[in-house]
Amino acid sequence: MATVIVVTSGKGGVGKTTTSASFATGLAQRGYRTVVIDFDVGLRNLDLIMGCERRVVYDFINVINNEANLNQALIRDKRVENLYILPASQTRDKEALTKDGVERVLNELRQNFEYVVCDSPAGIERGALMALYFADEALVVTNPEVSSVRDSDRILGILASRSRRAEQGDIPVKEHLVLARYAPERAHRGDMLSVDDVLEILGISLLGVIPESPAVLQSSNAGVPVILEDDSDAGSAYGDLVDRFLGKSLPHRFVTVQKKGLLQRLFGGS
Amino acid sequence: MGMFDNFFSRSPNKSTAAVAKERLQIIVTHERGGRHRSPDYLPALKKELLEVVRKYVHVDQSQIKVHLDRDGDCEVLELNITLPDEEQRMGVS
Ligand SMILES: Nc1ncnc2c1ncn2[C@@H]1O[C@H](COP(=O)(O)OP(=O)(O)O)[C@@H](O)[C@H]1O
Ligand SMILES: [Mg+2]
Repeated sequence: MATVIVVTSGKGGVGKTTTSASFATGLAQRGYRTVVIDFDVGLRNLDLIMGCERRVVYDFINVINNEANLNQALIRDKRVENLYILPASQTRDKEALTKDGVERVLNELRQNFEYVVCDSPAGIERGALMALYFADEALVVTNPEVSSVRDSDRILGILASRSRRAEQGDIPVKEHLVLARYAPERAHRGDMLSVDDVLEILGISLLGVIPESPAVLQSSNAGVPVILEDDSDAGSAYGDLVDRFLGKSLPHRFVTVQKKGLLQRLFGGS
Repeated sequence: MGMFDNFFSRSPNKSTAAVAKERLQIIVTHERGGRHRSPDYLPALKKELLEVVRKYVHVDQSQIKVHLDRDGDCEVLELNITLPDEEQRMGVS
């Protein structure tokens, strides 16, 4: 039976799609059959980040409406074995995401995959609620910034009260913090909330710290999940995150200020 | 530099991150308070209170408000009853 993981945050633009793409890619790289679903109906962009936008024929809503079957809609990743993408529709409105429809598709995916990763849209409306409703675990993506932390706290409240696990009195959704776009120097100077500050406020366990990194934009330009750029800081941070998720205990990198060598100072770290 | 530091802080030596943390702790605690389910006995309590009050004054269901608030570890049960005008009250007993 597969594990369903929602990547959520409340606030937009914090790195959910970036995280979904790299997390799913990392799980597949490590041999797990993985599918990543774009729940952002109307504003799909996971396909762009995964670099498969020109191969989209059918989408998630087509499958929900029985206009296509899963095999027709799933896109097989060309770089990584075991990895599939289920794109969102660009045209339909969010009402098309019905609870019954989503449940049916997830149940079918659970039969064929080990991990189902749900990339949530921003907000706390239908799309976001549907993305988290059936989740077993949640990656709560947060930036070290007041409105993002507050929104994450609200999402934690929703996971604890309005997920299926909560409604059925099941074991609660397992929550993991992903602190993204972190800049250790700024935290060190007192200009940015530190990892410890955010942990103290949200009170959930830390799965990974992803540094603010130019590699994220560069890899999204190319349509390559940043985890595949494994010599980049953000890429290796996502690699560690996936290993930790799978049970390895690894120290958190990129959380303290690195003393830069002269060359790095001149040319910038990668 | 010192001048700019102070410019962005509420008090000297306090970084903007420290201010952010403090503000977040306050708002998040407040918002979590609202998330707690109100106790199950609240509707029954409200109904019985209304019955007692009605023995003496005629008030409508909508004129009684029972509200449970949390202030840190302290819970406050707030009871608000709007009594009717003088004339209406005369008509009752
Ligand atoms: N670690 C990071 N460093 C730098 N930029 C990032 C990082 N994570 C995300 N971004 C950028 O932030 C923007 C929003 O990211 P995205 O993953 O689409 O967020 P969301 O899905 O939460 O709206 C994108 O332009 C992305 O390139
Ligand atoms: Mg997104």
